Amino acid sequence: MATVAATAEKRPRRARRRSRGPSFWTWFWLIMAALYFLVPLYSTLQFSLETGAHAYGFKWYSYIFHDPMFRTSFLFSLRLAVETVVIGMVLMVPTVYWVHLRLPQVRPVMDLITILPFVVPPVALVVGLSGVFNILPWLLSSSQILAFIYVILALPFTYRSLDAGMRAIDVRVLSEAAQSVGAPGWKTLLYVILPNMRTAMMGAAFLTLAIVMGEYTISSLLLFNTFAVYIYYIGNTTANPAAALAIISFALTWGAMMGLFFLSRTRGTRGRASGGPGATAAVGR
Amino acid sequence: MARLDLKHIQKQFDEVTALAELSLEVGSGELVSLLGPSGCGKTTALRIVAGFEQPTAGELLVDGNDVTGVPASKRNMGMVFQAYSLFPNMTAKQNVEFGLRMRKVARDKCRSRAEELLELVGLATRAERYPHELSGGQQQRVALARALAIEPAILLLDEPLSALDAKVRVELRQEIRRVQTELGITTLYVTHDQEEALSISDRIAVMSDGNLEQIGAPAEIYRSPATEFVANFVGLMNGFDGRVQADGSVTVGASERPIRVTQKHDSATGATVMVLIRPESVDLEELVDGAGVPDGAFEGKVLMHTFLGSVTRMTLDSDIGQLVADVPSLRALTMPPETRVGVQVDPAGVRLLAR
Repeated sequence: MATVAATAEKRPRRARRRSRGPSFWTWFWLIMAALYFLVPLYSTLQFSLETGAHAYGFKWYSYIFHDPMFRTSFLFSLRLAVETVVIGMVLMVPTVYWVHLRLPQVRPVMDLITILPFVVPPVALVVGLSGVFNILPWLLSSSQILAFIYVILALPFTYRSLDAGMRAIDVRVLSEAAQSVGAPGWKTLLYVILPNMRTAMMGAAFLTLAIVMGEYTISSLLLFNTFAVYIYYIGNTTANPAAALAIISFALTWGAMMGLFFLSRTRGTRGRASGGPGATAAVGR
Repeated sequence: MARLDLKHIQKQFDEVTALAELSLEVGSGELVSLLGPSGCGKTTALRIVAGFEQPTAGELLVDGNDVTGVPASKRNMGMVFQAYSLFPNMTAKQNVEFGLRMRKVARDKCRSRAEELLELVGLATRAERYPHELSGGQQQRVALARALAIEPAILLLDEPLSALDAKVRVELRQEIRRVQTELGITTLYVTHDQEEALSISDRIAVMSDGNLEQIGAPAEIYRSPATEFVANFVGLMNGFDGRVQADGSVTVGASERPIRVTQKHDSATGATVMVLIRPESVDLEELVDGAGVPDGAFEGKVLMHTFLGSVTRMTLDSDIGQLVADVPSLRALTMPPETRVGVQVDPAGVRLLAR
């Protein structure tokens, strides 16, 4: 009985503590985590702005922006990223749609296949793919090959993002509803499925962009001067410009993520998948 | 208005037989319900009609034309689904217009038709709302308007009310019937809810294990079930083993008291039959101070009351076994548990099934 009474007494105290908001330890770990990420970033930022003893300015940023290699490598990587996104979407959106609609039993196989790029080391991937692309010699000698390799590299992220997007909407019911009023398969995909997959597609696109902009091993093995190769080169040759470049690269990635965040927020205020939590809560209103 | 014929439709999913052999005719402007428990094949039948499944064997005819191999998008059949199926990226009005846009109907005609249909389902003021801004009932109304916008030959409804709460369900089923009657559209309605089927159908097809058990008007299905399954699935039924007497009446169990039957039957004297009695066909009379059982009645004792509002369902222990009777609630108050009662069965409410 004494134990029961003690427990009963403790409960309201715990509840009171919860209602007061985050505890000391919550703040402690939050601050520790923030410091872990922010201190190196701050140090890099400070170093990138240092132009002399106690002198600060944007000299190294200007140096980077005026370096023709920065421009060419950045635009080259950006072009590759766009190509990778386009090829990846054209290949994966209909595939994932079809798997959800007609071949749900194949989903575990898809999960396994798309995770392979994580398992195969990039060196082995390059050697293997070079052999495969030997049948297309023009491709092997062109920079386009990188886009095809990056499609494979980004596959785990692209597939998972699209798969999650398809799961969030009832693909089968929406497709059948569209077909029942006369929409053929491709129009169903274009007018019904794709607009409701925008967030998932944006997610896949930005993840692909981040991967391509930062990929070093494959491009350097194939002797292409991508943005990541340029970052590595600057890092090995100059100190302050390398810090400035790291900050620029961080800002670009951060900007892309923010873009995704705001786009998904905008999307959320308009349509929402029917049959989702919102719709269920509204039943019988 | 079109006529729908399902001829010897069979459907096999690997080892599972979803439809053994289904033949069904739906007349022009008629509303036929496919009624049955989960897994009886009713939704499979509807999906075959819609074109989302291909039958293993059999033919599907619309106005005499074979449409068995025609893709769903070219069948001109509107469908309302069990799950909310509105396109989340479109407003209610855009959802209704969608089918017309797919048919390349002029934009202003699309708009006026959508407005007309939203008016018909009572949602003209919600035309610009997105699906997530509508309640479940409103979403299903829009789905109905979307299905009707293309002026379909056949309207298909796959348990459209099952996700809604009881009150909205009753309102919406009346609404569906009103719209269907107003437009005179041939309709196939799938449900597992017998009350829903009885209240809105011209005819009901009761299904079990991929087979059609019985098809008929709601009153016929209720009053004259053709099989034990139909008797038990549609409404509540007291069932007993009985024996046919020379005068056409039946005796049940060890009781020697005959139960009169008005149903014409050709069971021979002495034949064993299933005797089915609806609870509302049982009348009770309190036997006070050791009074005898009236002529044609048998004795029982009240075991339990279940209050259902206007009627109370009373469980009795009687000479013929345990049975339930529906008695007006005010009368039931005078017969609490343990009361001795005389049990009278209305001969018109007795149904015999050959064993």
